[in-house]
Amino acid sequence: MWKWINSFAKPEKAHWLATVLIPWFAVVAIVSLIVGITWGLGFAPPDYQQGDSFRIIYIHVPSAILAMGAYVAMAVGALVGIVWQWRTAFMFMIAIAPVGAVMTFISLFTGSFWGKPMWGTWWIWDARLTSQLILLFLYLGVIALYSAFDDKQQAGKASGVMAMVGVINIPIIHYSVEWWNTLHQGATITKIGKPSIAPDMLWPLLICIVGFAAFIGWVTLIRMKNEIVIRDMHRPWVAKMFGVVTPQKLRRSDKILGGTAQTSEQREAK
Amino acid sequence: MVTKALLAVFKKDIALAYRQIAELMQPLMFFVLVITLFPLAVGPSPETLQRIGGGVIWVAAILSLLLGMERLFRDDFADGTLEQYILSPIPLYLIVVVKVLTHWLMHIVPLFLISPLLALFLNLSVDMYVALMLTLLLGTPLISFVGAIGVALTVGLHRGGVLLALLLIPIFIPLLIFATSAIESASMLLPYQPQLAIIGAMLLFSVALSPMAIAYSLKVSQS
Repeated sequence: MWKWINSFAKPEKAHWLATVLIPWFAVVAIVSLIVGITWGLGFAPPDYQQGDSFRIIYIHVPSAILAMGAYVAMAVGALVGIVWQWRTAFMFMIAIAPVGAVMTFISLFTGSFWGKPMWGTWWIWDARLTSQLILLFLYLGVIALYSAFDDKQQAGKASGVMAMVGVINIPIIHYSVEWWNTLHQGATITKIGKPSIAPDMLWPLLICIVGFAAFIGWVTLIRMKNEIVIRDMHRPWVAKMFGVVTPQKLRRSDKILGGTAQTSEQREAK
Repeated sequence: MVTKALLAVFKKDIALAYRQIAELMQPLMFFVLVITLFPLAVGPSPETLQRIGGGVIWVAAILSLLLGMERLFRDDFADGTLEQYILSPIPLYLIVVVKVLTHWLMHIVPLFLISPLLALFLNLSVDMYVALMLTLLLGTPLISFVGAIGVALTVGLHRGGVLLALLLIPIFIPLLIFATSAIESASMLLPYQPQLAIIGAMLLFSVALSPMAIAYSLKVSQS
């Protein structure tokens, strides 16, 4: 079992796995996003207090939850990479980081547009808004640190440490800002047993969350495939996969992938 | 042997710091200057200054410590001493603890010495001043230990300075919240032990875990 899991540390195996998984994630994402958003925006009953403007919840809540979920996934990737020295784990980490950052941004943006009609202000220094903003900064820190290194293996390790420091800090930040100031409504769906949201509104929300999660997985896997190919461009298995034999072909595939580092070396070898 | 080696590291760092006294003074000057800007920016009324004083001092302390921290491992990295630390039989995380503590001591003592003046500048009451001192005493080692992780990660980069601030400022937000809240409680003559206890807990947690992270990061940077 362990050996089987460990075999995915190899880039070619991880690339293969990503290729196999992408259609599944894509189907789940497309279907549940279409169903969830149409149901939520078109057919769910309006809120008795907030009217139709509550419908932004179907974008806001999934993105907010999954922004944190993506951060945890990133930190798990970092942990696996640091503990078991998997190169592919760092590639996963850096593949998911911008996706998570965009999710955080979407949740802040939609939250701001929800806040305007409901609270009468675009932004307020409320606990959850603040901790979400700090989450965005943590994402940007990891991405900035990664891009500051030229050696990408070193970059992966360094930003992995940062991601883990951040994940330890998230609960501390969360509770400290909560204690500091709070205006946001309490959690609605996580109250186990008796959620304080009507089932008619809850179902599309859950479907939307599944759709967002699958969408994140989909985009992350595509990004990870790209990352693997770019980093392993000089390895034989990539050359074989793209059927690269002549220098002309090699140059063309390089142009597609946007990398040039190995071209001259390969050309000299010819 | 371990104690002897650690003592040698301590002495070396102290000696180096005192021979570059000007460089040691720069973060302190920065600290005082930032604080001087606030009365000019928000107006000199004593009530306003008293209300924002604790927060201003804390923000300035975090920024100036970040500035000073940049050179924590830089010289050792540049002249190869760091490599010797990694190769030596002494556990790297012990050396790191000594280095961070020495660095903290060298930077915090001047900060404490100058703080009565700043309390005067910002019209802090005696209770607020005591709370400020206590939070600085517990909070600044936390900044040093957690910050050293970021320093160790960026030590090999040429343009590490701004990046260091980008990485570390979000991490220090909880500390800032609890420290300023303690000072605010003190200004209203309320007990502020809970906030101090939380800062102390965060400090112990970081002292226990961060040396490992710093040592690992240094090895990554050295490779």
